[in-house]
Amino acid sequence: MTVSIHVNEKAFGRAVVLDDIHFDIQKGEFLTIIGPSGCGKSTLLKIAAGLDTEYSGSVEINGREVTRPGISQGFIFQEHRLFPWLTVEQNIAADLNLRDPNVKKTVQELIDIVRLTGNEKAYPAELSGGMSQRVAIARALLREPEVLLLDEPFGALDAFTRKHLQDVLIDIWQKKKITMILVTHDIDESIYLGTQLAILRANPGRLQKWLPIELLFPRNRTDTSFQYLRQKVLEEFEKTEHSVYAEGAGI
Amino acid sequence: MKTAAFAELNGREKTAKVRKARKVPGWLKGFFVPIIILAVWQYAGSAELISATVLPTPLAILLSFYELAVSGELAANMQISIARAAGGFLLGGGLGLLFGILVGFSKKTESYLDPSLQMLRTVPHLAVTPLFILWFGFDELSKVLLIALGAFFPIYINTFLGIRGVDAKLFDVARVLEFSWRHQITRLILPAALPSILLGVRLSLGIAWLGLVVAELMGSSAGVGYMIMDARQFSQTEKVFVGIIIFAVVGKLTDSFVRLLERKLLKWRSSFQGTN
Repeated sequence: MTVSIHVNEKAFGRAVVLDDIHFDIQKGEFLTIIGPSGCGKSTLLKIAAGLDTEYSGSVEINGREVTRPGISQGFIFQEHRLFPWLTVEQNIAADLNLRDPNVKKTVQELIDIVRLTGNEKAYPAELSGGMSQRVAIARALLREPEVLLLDEPFGALDAFTRKHLQDVLIDIWQKKKITMILVTHDIDESIYLGTQLAILRANPGRLQKWLPIELLFPRNRTDTSFQYLRQKVLEEFEKTEHSVYAEGAGI
Repeated sequence: MKTAAFAELNGREKTAKVRKARKVPGWLKGFFVPIIILAVWQYAGSAELISATVLPTPLAILLSFYELAVSGELAANMQISIARAAGGFLLGGGLGLLFGILVGFSKKTESYLDPSLQMLRTVPHLAVTPLFILWFGFDELSKVLLIALGAFFPIYINTFLGIRGVDAKLFDVARVLEFSWRHQITRLILPAALPSILLGVRLSLGIAWLGLVVAELMGSSAGVGYMIMDARQFSQTEKVFVGIIIFAVVGKLTDSFVRLLERKLLKWRSSFQGTN
């Protein structure tokens, strides 16, 4: 097992956000987590990253307990969060020295992988949102993380860019064999990318359904099997919505 | 019909030409107002509408400038003035940067130091001039310290604000990437605070220059300020003007230098540059 997450309870003040969420994922899996807004899926990812440590439970990566953020749990934020004063290659290198030929070579390889060749010397202000997010991905990959955590990374992008970046991400996942956990609110995205799919429900955030996705890559959104899975996820959503209304809470 | 069309074409060409002629390069626009003022001034002086002791003509000032430059008097005075201003600026600005960083980084140092510094800041630094003379005498030390006192606060405040203004979201990134303490300062905090710090440097340079004038006017035996006071006693108004113009030009040059530095160091910024 590589990533093992046990959250007994996570609360903000009196409001319980996450309740009894336990799961393990194997090395090389691509887990997508989907759920309505307010179900605590981003919080769960921050706990996995070590960015949030105020909860009861534990997170282990390869048997090592995660107590603070670090490079072995790469994290991609919703916004790219590049350093505006550094160029693309400097941003990817960040605290590593670009004059080191090894670093320089790996940085260049990653720039090629995320398809940004020719933009090495550009500043973030000169890049589009999709390009910036790819730089952020390359920055995380350079540190060779054991697991890459992505918090709605393509949420702010237009449909075309999003589709493109999803393919880039699958490409990277297949080449680098990194375990990935991606949080999203886009059902298509969760089925298109994941090998495992976790559906969360809100108030409090609980694991509603765990769904393995055994479609082969490259996947096709218009496939009947794809549409069938989509149907299943939607059904689960409907159940969670009913329960939400039954408990008298709004979304 | 044909001639009408031709005339119209001709007319269009003319307006095009006029439009072209009106396009003045940006750097020239700044000269427009001064040149008009100089022309009127020279005319008023030459026609003896104004007495030369009150307002010497631009040409007389230019001549005086030439004489001072040739005799070496100007260079000697400028050297002393610039050394004083630079010394005071480096001392005050350096300490301002240091304290700004210390207070910016730590909430603890802030609560210990900032209230006292803010209290000192509200005292006009020219008001403590008599005290400085009393303590440090009439020589260089009191002048340099007076300039340093003025130069301290703009850099201190802007460095402090710049550091506190660093986006907290980027700190999360630094944590995820496991930046060392040193890298957090050199790759994150200082670059993020740099626009603010450079603004502080510009303001400090301005105040250092102001402090210099006050320090030299209040009593000295050399420097551009002394030259002005000396000339005033002998009613050499054109020499007074030379001194004032020197202050203005050197002040502007140092400011331009910092702006050049800003353009070089902050080329990553994509902010509003103003409309035409």
